[in-house]
Amino acid sequence: VIWDTLGNKQFCSFKIRTKTQSFCRNEYSLTGLCNRSSCPLANSQYATIKEEKGQCYLYMKVIERAAFPRRLWERVRLHKNYEKALEQIDENLIYWPRFIRHKCKQRFTKITQYLIRIRKLTLKRQRKLVPLSKKVERREKRREEKALIAAQLDNAIEKELLERLKQDTYGDIYNFPIHAFDKALEQQEADSDSSVAEEKDDEEDEEDVGKREFVEDDEVDESDISDFEDMDKLDASGDEDQDDKYSSEEEEKAVDTKHNGKAPLKGPWRRKKAYVEIEYELETEPEAKAKTT
Amino acid sequence: MAKAGDKIGGSGNKGLKRKAATEERQEAAVAEDGTTESGVQPSKAAAFPPGFSVSEIKNKQRRHLMFTRWKQQQRKEKLAAKKKLKKEREALGDKAPPKPIPKTIDNQRVYDETTVDPNDEEVAYDEATDEFASYFNRQTSPKILITTSDRPHGRTVRLCEQLSTVIPNSHVYYRRGLALKKIIPQCISRDFTDLIVINEDRKIPNGLILSHLPNGPTAHFKMSSVRLRKEIKRRGKEPTEHIPEIILNNFTTRLGHSVGRMFASLFPHNPQFTGRQVATFHNQRDYIFFRFHRYIFKSEKKVGIQELGPRFTLKLRSLQKGTFDSKYGEYEWVHKVCAYSKKSHLENFKRME
Repeated sequence: VIWDTLGNKQFCSFKIRTKTQSFCRNEYSLTGLCNRSSCPLANSQYATIKEEKGQCYLYMKVIERAAFPRRLWERVRLHKNYEKALEQIDENLIYWPRFIRHKCKQRFTKITQYLIRIRKLTLKRQRKLVPLSKKVERREKRREEKALIAAQLDNAIEKELLERLKQDTYGDIYNFPIHAFDKALEQQEADSDSSVAEEKDDEEDEEDVGKREFVEDDEVDESDISDFEDMDKLDASGDEDQDDKYSSEEEEKAVDTKHNGKAPLKGPWRRKKAYVEIEYELETEPEAKAKTT
Repeated sequence: MAKAGDKIGGSGNKGLKRKAATEERQEAAVAEDGTTESGVQPSKAAAFPPGFSVSEIKNKQRRHLMFTRWKQQQRKEKLAAKKKLKKEREALGDKAPPKPIPKTIDNQRVYDETTVDPNDEEVAYDEATDEFASYFNRQTSPKILITTSDRPHGRTVRLCEQLSTVIPNSHVYYRRGLALKKIIPQCISRDFTDLIVINEDRKIPNGLILSHLPNGPTAHFKMSSVRLRKEIKRRGKEPTEHIPEIILNNFTTRLGHSVGRMFASLFPHNPQFTGRQVATFHNQRDYIFFRFHRYIFKSEKKVGIQELGPRFTLKLRSLQKGTFDSKYGEYEWVHKVCAYSKKSHLENFKRME
């Protein structure tokens, strides 16, 4: 009767239809399918296996209790041991139709198998899913971009590397023996040198003026009288001295710009070099001197 | 009123509304030369009376209009103020007060007490006795194991390979479902000093777990903007086998200091300067940027750097005392997400509230 009303063609609230099959959503259903033989509503004598918190129970419904909905389903707790539980099912459902007995045992088997699997999986590593908050992610992304801009990484790295170079952590690898500090020192020396040199030049010019006279007198007096070349040379040397001072100044400046990466002993050495280059300035002055003399 | 009757202009409706609006505003207000002739041109000298708020107009269109006009006026005033200031500065010439420094987040920070002072005795003592002491005393040299989470995808695999070229003395092993807790004792028995696990999600690497092995601290980072070698523009050739130098920037608080030491202990102590390679961990506002460069000194004041190698940014999420143990581990520091606090943990200042 019930199956005629609820059954295949009419409405049952537990029934779900898909294209090929229909399912029964009833919690006491033995198989999940909607059939005449496995509908818990349409069969007055019915049994199921249900599992609660790892415990399996056998639920039975008989027609004698159909009038008492509260006492309709009878519950038996099954043994934890698989075989003993099967025996329990057998003894409880002893004169019941084969179909229900069979299906109950099948369901019980499946349930125990998945319980075993759960227990095994909990012992293994669990993959924990941490929820990402979209807002937080967006905020953090934006802050990261801003931090990147504020960091100015390239500049920071370059600065750090130059610092390390200055503090001589690299030792002798690089051919910049003069570090910035020494270079500054040098420039200071150069400045002081050039100023000193200028002062000396002035003094020397004056001395030159005096000296020239003095030298000429000396050399005229001594053995170089006959040597006109020598006299020229002497005059020239006098002139050259003057020129030297100018040229040495120029050279100092030139040397300044040139010797960016050389040994610190430039000052006195420079003067030596200046002395060496005396000879190059011969050409211009001697004529004038010759004329005057 | 003549104004009301004046309907010249293409924007008839708008003009009317504008006039109506201004008329409304001008009812109680001082008379201005506000509304000009045609409705097309917006009133130029619309002085907004004080106590007038744009948000009180119910009509959305009108409100929008008034807001745009208010904004224009503000901009004009600002421009005028700037020009005036500039003129004043020029007039004063040398006597002008120095230009005000713009405020940045890094400027505005309040000094944090947990800053590490390098001369502090306590800190020095701590350093001598913590887990990295043996490394810094040159007793142990680092040996790194790099691995990933289960089933790594292409990007992660390539990142692991590139990381292993960057970090000397490192090996990559793939995990096939092994539990971390089980591989840690194995690593210890094989003399590894550090373990790096790159976590992956949806085919991109997004997390990094750095664990110092003989019961050392474990740091868990969130990794973002990973760029593999081929994605870096203007990069140099492959990194060589030379041991790189390290630069650690801005790790100033206690927490930052310990994290910095963790990073330092990844690399061997004797950088080979002939290799001219440098690995940088730069901390800015709690984001640690990792870069790998090759440098060359063009003169004593100029250095050129060329980026090789992968780059990524890390953000510290948690620091654990012992080795990796997410459930029972003793957490030294955990990043709590707080919306409005801009405190930075690894750097020495926190932002003024």
